[in-house]
Amino acid sequence: MRKVISFILIVIIAAGVFFSLEEVPFGATKSRVREYYLDNGIKQTGAANIVTSVVVNYRGFDTLGEVTVLFLASIGLSAVLYRKKEERGKKRRESSLILYTGCRFLFPLILLFGSYIFIHGHLTPGGGFQGGAVVASGFLLTMLGCWGWEGVNRNRFKITESLSGLAFVVIGLLGLLYGGYFLFNYLPKGIPNQLFSAGIIPLVYIAIGFKVGSEIAGIINDMVRSG
Amino acid sequence: MEFIENYMYYIASFGLILIGLYIMLVKKNLIKIIIGLSIIDTGVNILLISVGYLKEGTAPIFSREGLLPSRMVDPVPQALVLTAIVIGVAILALALTLAIVLYRHYGTLNVRKIRNLKW
Repeated sequence: MRKVISFILIVIIAAGVFFSLEEVPFGATKSRVREYYLDNGIKQTGAANIVTSVVVNYRGFDTLGEVTVLFLASIGLSAVLYRKKEERGKKRRESSLILYTGCRFLFPLILLFGSYIFIHGHLTPGGGFQGGAVVASGFLLTMLGCWGWEGVNRNRFKITESLSGLAFVVIGLLGLLYGGYFLFNYLPKGIPNQLFSAGIIPLVYIAIGFKVGSEIAGIINDMVRSG
Repeated sequence: MEFIENYMYYIASFGLILIGLYIMLVKKNLIKIIIGLSIIDTGVNILLISVGYLKEGTAPIFSREGLLPSRMVDPVPQALVLTAIVIGVAILALALTLAIVLYRHYGTLNVRKIRNLKW
C-alpha cells in the first residue's frame, strides 16, 4: 500500500516536472547575470576563475552564510555525539606496518595538495571548499591508519576553525572600513593569472580552506571517536 | 530519440531525485533513508549544473588568451553547487549522527519500530 501511494506520488511529480521543463531548453543558457559576470568579472575582481569571483566577491556574504551552516552542522554533531569518557568505545586495533608507513608518507603530500588547491583558487578550478575537503581526507587517513583518534587533539580543530572564521569576518570588516561595504576588494587587483592577484580573494579562500578543512576533520574525528 | 539526446541531463537528474524520494518514502531502515537523501542531493546538483550548461562551452576560467566570454558556461550555478556539495556532506554527517543516537536509544534502525516515526 505504501509503495503504491509513493509510486503514484512520484509519477505525479514527474509529470509536473516534465511539463514545466519543456520550456527550459538544454545547452542554451540565457541568463543575463551570466553575461554580466563573464564580461566584467575579470576587470572588476581580477580573478581569472569567474566561479571564484562569484563565490568570494559577488556573493561573498552568501558564502559567509554557507560557512556558518557548515559550522552549525559540526557544532550540532559534536553536541549530539558527546559522551562521557567511560562510555566511549573500546581501544582500536594497531594498524599494520605497511598501513602505518604508507599513511605517514602520504599525509604531508595530501596536505600539500589540499593547500595548493585552496591557494590557487582564483586561477584554477579549485578553491577553499575543495581544498578543505582534501585536507580533511588527509586527517581521515591518519585517524584510520596511523595515529588513531587518540593522537589527534580535537581542541586544535576548534581553535583553527574559530581563528579562520574570524579571519574571514575581519577581512570583510576591513572592506567596510576602507571601501564602505562588507567584503570590499580593497587590495590591489594585480595582473590576472598571477598568484598575487585578485586582491582579497586568495586571502578569503585561504581562510575558507582552513575553516572547511578543520570543520570536516573535526566532524570525522567526532564520528570516529564515538564509533 | 532526439528528445532523449536534448534532455538527457534533465532526465538523469530528475531520475536521481525521484529515485531518492521513492527510497525515502518506502524504505524503513534509517541508513537507507539517509542514502536516499544523499541521492536527492546529487540529483539536485546535477540539475543545477545542467541548467547552466552551454553547448560546446568552456569552463568559466580565463586561463589563456582567446577564450570568449560568450562561449563559457554559466558560472552562477557552479558557484552555488560548489558550496552545496560541502553543505551536503555536513548535512549527511549530521543525519548519520542522529541515526547513531537513535540506534543507541532504541536499539533498532527500523523507523516503524521507533515510536512516533511511522506513517
